[in-house]
Amino acid sequence: MANYLYIFRGGDMAGLSPQQMEENMKKWGAWMGQLSQAGNLKGGDPLGEGGRVVTGKKKTVTDGPFGETKDLVGGYLLVTAASLDAATELARGCPIFEREGSVEVREVREMRM
Amino acid sequence: MTTPEPTTTTSDVENLFRREAGRMSAVVVRLLGLGHLDLAEDIVHDALVQALEVWKFRGVPANPAAWLMAAAKNRAIDVIRRERTARRFAPEVADLLSTEWSLVPTVASAFEDKEIVDAELRLMFELCDGRLAEDTQVMVVLKYLCGFGVRELAQAFLSGEEAIEKRLVRARATLQAAGGLADLGDASRARARAPAVCRALYLMFSEGYHGSDPRAVVREELCAEALRLAALMADHPVTAVGEVKALFALMCLLAARLPARCDAGGDLIPLDEQDRSRWDAALNARGLTALAEATAGETVSEMHLEAAIAAQHAMAPSVEATDWPAIVTLYDRLAVMRPSPVVALNRAVAVGFARGPAAGLAAIDAIESLGRLDDYLFLAATRADLLRRSGHRAEALPHYLRARELARNDPERRFFDRRLEECGAPRK
Repeated sequence: MANYLYIFRGGDMAGLSPQQMEENMKKWGAWMGQLSQAGNLKGGDPLGEGGRVVTGKKKTVTDGPFGETKDLVGGYLLVTAASLDAATELARGCPIFEREGSVEVREVREMRM
Repeated sequence: MTTPEPTTTTSDVENLFRREAGRMSAVVVRLLGLGHLDLAEDIVHDALVQALEVWKFRGVPANPAAWLMAAAKNRAIDVIRRERTARRFAPEVADLLSTEWSLVPTVASAFEDKEIVDAELRLMFELCDGRLAEDTQVMVVLKYLCGFGVRELAQAFLSGEEAIEKRLVRARATLQAAGGLADLGDASRARARAPAVCRALYLMFSEGYHGSDPRAVVREELCAEALRLAALMADHPVTAVGEVKALFALMCLLAARLPARCDAGGDLIPLDEQDRSRWDAALNARGLTALAEATAGETVSEMHLEAAIAAQHAMAPSVEATDWPAIVTLYDRLAVMRPSPVVALNRAVAVGFARGPAAGLAAIDAIESLGRLDDYLFLAATRADLLRRSGHRAEALPHYLRARELARNDPERRFFDRRLEECGAPRK
């Protein structure tokens, strides 16, 4: 087993009715509930909008990141799975795809010999 | 990093977003004024998005409605701060919102529970504006007070989403001229608008109750929302006039029958065949009480008469034990106030029960301007029923066939198929 990070991008809610948003939330609840019950879920958080970006040797601070909604990271989850393939398969159940969002699946490197 | 709550249940948040969107929107519109309905929509949408983003990771909080209200309040403060030099908000609060020291307390007090009801009622009175067509009034009430989005409106009005968007744009332009929301303290103005509000709520309820759309979920929500808004009016000292109480009574008495109105397969069961033990006794009792209160005044409106008719059914243990002569008399009075072939047809149904099917058929034939009902499903269905009940099954057949042609959805078609079979038509 290894740990994997899901990085969520996009998933725009523009133009959705309150009812449609509730439906979307329930799908997230169901998906997270499955991950949790199967023991895959280790944790995660939503991220606020905006923030700051520090770059370069001069450590320049800019507001942001701002960009197209589809490129912005909205949150992350840490899951445990048997392989990258297994983690990817689990990610395919995420409701974010209905709203044209994406999930980046990355293995967390461990200190192994 | 938080571990998401695996135990979170989402079952108790049914329609929470929609319901709270309506309440948030009423408060925000009251602050911003009718001129900024678009901005109000944005604030509500942002609050819901914020909830969605956090709750999908963390689960639904213990008091989700309060959470949403707090999110909307904070968002409203931010937006007002950003926009206040460019826009002029509701006249009543514009000055308070324009300076930093009174901004936050003004917005906060508008979000208090008691004020939310006040805002809902005031907005309801503004939205039922005579310059808007009646079904447009229903549309904007559903949009700004009940949290219906374009998708749900399209379902409710059997229309495309684009057409709904266009009608909303036009309606907003019309409403914009009104500025702020009238104060409920101005009782004479509120009462003058009450009939229009009653008509809109009645239309909303009827569309849910008799609607032509088989998608039952939306339909029952229309009834539930109309009932909720009518209850708000019936409970408020300024708006609780006789007609409003009668309307509320009527809705309670009709809604009480909903549990008995469909069989397990979703097919309609007519009033005379319903299992009355399945009627909602609490709603019936509320309706009868409200009707008694409504009739304490001197005026008798159409709503009073319709509620009184529904009350006759509510009090009767069976079709046979129903006081049909009393119902005929009530329809006679209603026909004077609202001369319409539809009322006359309903009266004919009552006559059919009070004096027998032949008298009912004669009452139909006596309806003036009966021609206007040629394509009316219930005319064919009523004739057919009266003929069937008087033993003239063969004569009933063509009328049932006509009713089946006019049926608007599958449950109705199945209903008439069964009747056709009972009357000897070959099984399909």
